[in-house]
Amino acid sequence: MMESLKDKSKNSVARRNFIKKLTFFCTSLLIPSFVNSREKSEKAKKWVLTNGYSPAEHYWGMGVAINKCIGCGRCVDACKRENNVPREPFFFKTWVERYRIFKDSETIVDSPNGAINGFEYPRVEKKAIIRSFFVPKLCNQCNNPPCVQVCPVGATFKAEDGVVLVDSNYCIGCGYCIQACPYGARYLHPVTQTADKCTFCYHRITNKMIPACVEVCPTQARIFGEIKKKASPLVRFMRMNKIGILKPSLNTEPKVYYANLDMEVK
Amino acid sequence: MKSLWGKIPEQIPRLSVLLVILVVLFIVVRSRLVPPDFGKYGHYRASAVDEIISQEIRYAGHEVCAECHDDVVGAKKAGYHKNVACEVCHGPAVAHTEDPGSVELRAPRARRYCPLCHEYRPSRPTGFPQIVSNSHNPMKPCITCHDPHDPKPPVTPKECHACHGAIARTKSLSHHVYVPCTRCHETPDEHKVRPRIVVASKPKTREFCGECHAKDAPSEKSIPRVDLATHGERYVCWQCHYPHLPEAR
Repeated sequence: MMESLKDKSKNSVARRNFIKKLTFFCTSLLIPSFVNSREKSEKAKKWVLTNGYSPAEHYWGMGVAINKCIGCGRCVDACKRENNVPREPFFFKTWVERYRIFKDSETIVDSPNGAINGFEYPRVEKKAIIRSFFVPKLCNQCNNPPCVQVCPVGATFKAEDGVVLVDSNYCIGCGYCIQACPYGARYLHPVTQTADKCTFCYHRITNKMIPACVEVCPTQARIFGEIKKKASPLVRFMRMNKIGILKPSLNTEPKVYYANLDMEVK
Repeated sequence: MKSLWGKIPEQIPRLSVLLVILVVLFIVVRSRLVPPDFGKYGHYRASAVDEIISQEIRYAGHEVCAECHDDVVGAKKAGYHKNVACEVCHGPAVAHTEDPGSVELRAPRARRYCPLCHEYRPSRPTGFPQIVSNSHNPMKPCITCHDPHDPKPPVTPKECHACHGAIARTKSLSHHVYVPCTRCHETPDEHKVRPRIVVASKPKTREFCGECHAKDAPSEKSIPRVDLATHGERYVCWQCHYPHLPEAR
């Protein structure tokens, strides 16, 4: 009886030692990956692209003044021309939505062909409207992007300057990211069969230009610029306006900021 | 006493060989399939960024046009279209800037183009210049009267409804139909030429409406009267009554 108890206690000490050593060993396995990721982020800070642009020095965002948008759809047209987006409906990197909020608080949201040809109106509205306005939409370039989380191959990623990009040569076209985007900002390109979306015109902003939609907006409803620098039109826009973001409850942390956002806009 | 090797059950060495082969195979296949620059800076192909920025630029930007068309750009700078970039109407211009001789840009002359921005749309912000194209000189192209680079009314408008059509139509249905706009709004002549800079005035006090609607106002007997001292004294009149259609409920 005594013998067996002794054995047990001996065993338990050995087991404790074993678990201790196992824990140390497993933790030490994590060190290389930790060191590696720090090394990577250090390297990324010094990264310079072929055109001399260093992503780590920038952090881009867009402001949209809803009270300035006239729903002309010039941004949709310019985006399709600049980025070679198929002209037929359902493929949009940016589009404009029309909100009509009636007195009985029914809300109708529509965007015929993305508003590329503007909007048509019924001659007589069947109910009295209390508020009506246009909302330009695009990829929100989330700081915490759900589309990047779900990509099984690492074909979509957040660049160092915060812009979410798609590597169309690596995308397998599974469509997970299209499902994951809460803003419906992605589409499957009908020719390449890969995911596609707004890149803030990455080929333009890395060449000291502004995105095509901002360039052509006739009423300056769209403002583009740095978020973290003081001399930036976007920072002034965010200082001068009441700012809202789309679906804040999802914690996606969008970098497209809306001024005068109505509660009905989602 | 058996050696340590002898103590290991027979299936373990056999399975370990299989395991080693599988691990080596995995490493070889993975190194073949994953591009060499994948994961250099993060969980993506580093060269993808360079591929993305190599996309062709089509819109040249508003600064470029002035290099050759400084006369037009100069004229545009002073007018209402000063913030409308050339490429809004003329289309993407990079091809034209590279080879101005052979690539010409479009210039929309059809009547249907300008209403994209200027057709009356109730969702548009108030104050944005809008027309009802069905009744605004139908069949005439816009550019016969308006210079798109310096757009302004061809003749100074005489009546308010030339610009404030929606208000004029509403007022025409109301009891205020015979009250001229100028009874309530002071409109300097400059307002017709520079409407955004010289603005028409608006009434500021309850007493202004009282000039007609107060109990003791020296106005026509049929006009409805209220006692300004007791009728909604904490509000100004137009918070409850829309002056252009006061009978609306």
